[in-house]
Amino acid sequence: MAFFQMKKMILGWTFRTPVTTRYPFAPRKICPGSRGRLDITIANCIFCSVCAKRCPTDALVVDKANKKWHIDRLRCISCGYCVELCPKKCLALAGDHGIPTVTKDMETF
Amino acid sequence: MIEEQTIIPILPETLVAETRKMRDQGYRLVQICVTRLGEELELDYSFDLNRRFVNFRFRQPKIGARVPSITSVYWCAFTYENEFSDLFGVQVDGNALDFKGTFYMTAMKHPFIHDAAPIPTAAQPLPGGQ
Amino acid sequence: MGTRTLIPFGPQHPVLPEPIHIDLVVEDEKVVEAIPSIGFIHRGLEKLVEKKDFIEYVYVAERICGICSFIHGQTYCQGIETIMKIPVPPRAHYLRTIWGELSRIHSHLLWAGLMADAFGFEALFMHSWRIRERVLDLIEATTGGRVIFGSCKVGGARRDITPEQMHWLLGELAEVEKEMRLIVDIFMNDHSVKHRLCGVGVISKDDAVALGAVGPTLRGSGVADDMRLLKYAAFGDLDFQPITRSDGDSYSRCAVRCAELFQSVDLIRQAAAKMPAGEIAVKVTGTPDGEFFSRVEQPRGEVVYYIKGNGSKNLVRFRARTPTFANVPPLVKMLAGCELADVPVLVLTIDPCISCTER
Ligand code: SF4
Ligand code: SF4
Repeated sequence: MAFFQMKKMILGWTFRTPVTTRYPFAPRKICPGSRGRLDITIANCIFCSVCAKRCPTDALVVDKANKKWHIDRLRCISCGYCVELCPKKCLALAGDHGIPTVTKDMETF
Repeated sequence: MIEEQTIIPILPETLVAETRKMRDQGYRLVQICVTRLGEELELDYSFDLNRRFVNFRFRQPKIGARVPSITSVYWCAFTYENEFSDLFGVQVDGNALDFKGTFYMTAMKHPFIHDAAPIPTAAQPLPGGQ
Repeated sequence: MGTRTLIPFGPQHPVLPEPIHIDLVVEDEKVVEAIPSIGFIHRGLEKLVEKKDFIEYVYVAERICGICSFIHGQTYCQGIETIMKIPVPPRAHYLRTIWGELSRIHSHLLWAGLMADAFGFEALFMHSWRIRERVLDLIEATTGGRVIFGSCKVGGARRDITPEQMHWLLGELAEVEKEMRLIVDIFMNDHSVKHRLCGVGVISKDDAVALGAVGPTLRGSGVADDMRLLKYAAFGDLDFQPITRSDGDSYSRCAVRCAELFQSVDLIRQAAAKMPAGEIAVKVTGTPDGEFFSRVEQPRGEVVYYIKGNGSKNLVRFRARTPTFANVPPLVKMLAGCELADVPVLVLTIDPCISCTER
């Protein structure tokens, strides 16, 4: 009987630890290979602008003259297209998603 | 595997009659699509029966396009007909459930017959970095 | 004849995760007419194709929907590949099949939860979503994203599943299957669930075809139509028969989805067993010139992409007809004549996904 099925299920779970995590206190387990925040090893970057030109959301701005690389974190969708295209392989997606922000700033490297 | 797709050119005047023939054979209306090709619009009416794909096609001028409604044959066509009359400004005669241009609440009228507006570019970096 | 009252349902309503509005004309407790309106969040993604080149657009196509995102990307890639005659490696086809079926499992479990929520069975809702969470973990481990897989690209796949991962995935899947049996048993046999679903919102076989229903809504009315029979991706090599139920009521649609959960698990097993080794992607050169109607079966039904290119790197026209868009007329038909209290349940039996509909 399905009625007792549900009872059994509910009773069974009464004595188990919850499957949810207490998020801000216990951090989320990060899965290897997950696509998260975009990181750059700025020392290897040659400021070729390939990443900025091809980014689907125009999240990147490369300033060749001043040797600066800017990212708008709120525009980036962590798609990984720039990571594939970068000729120096200096971009990588970290597993975590970074901390929440309250302002829309460009981050500069 | 690539499926067979039959595209049959028809005349707008015979649309309703041809559609009725498809309905009698038991076809399902898959979709209606409008494509902007320069100064013309191309209308596609697609049908499917047991995964046999048949498509009717005809053209209309971009401005002042007018087609008969097929809602008398396939009532469900009202969604598609409202959609393309809102987005492309095609006049549909006899739509069974006409939303009169309020199906999609777009900021501009008939957006799909104009060229796309430029996308806002990336926020400019702060001068000289931070 | 009683007095007629007009009750607006949505766009904000506890049962609706997304905005759709339905004007219900009721007489006492009976709905006599329903007029749907959509378009609250129309995003014009079809137009964006004129600004983004055809390779970049995969990322946009994937984001048309947050639930069947992978299959949107796959449909788009298949369309482009057919136009450009790109020979996709067989391993990529198998990978796409596996991810497609994983996304079907997670979508159906999501639906099961929402459905349970709609008829007020909160415990069932939470258990459905608890199981779904494990499927999402499988997806995250193999593709890198939980809902936006991002693993499909024109010419193949962007990631491979290693043999160890595959072994782990199949092990997890066996456990997920065991847990799913428990909740499906409740959906199919529980008295209170059946009481809400049986005989509600009946759509006959002829009506379903005439109203252009797709997916479980069509198969729940006894029409064995499933785009996977077109043998796209690896479905040509797998043993697959569409699942149908003949009653055409809410219970049938629910039963189709529940049976498809296990069918998807089976398909993943078959694909994993037959998966060939080799390349996962080919290099894409040139630009699309031609047109194609790409059709793929999503969890909610058939999706049609019309893709037309003229040899430049931007497509001329990209049109997506999503399953929910096709399922709106059957929904309107179901609503006419039902009880007011059944409206939320009926809206959910078509598994509405408004963000797809408002491309
Ligand atoms: S593509 Fe790579 S090397 Fe070129 S600017 Fe971007 S990060 Fe630097
Ligand atoms: S990950 Fe994607 S969205 Fe983010 S910066 Fe790179 S290309 Fe742009």
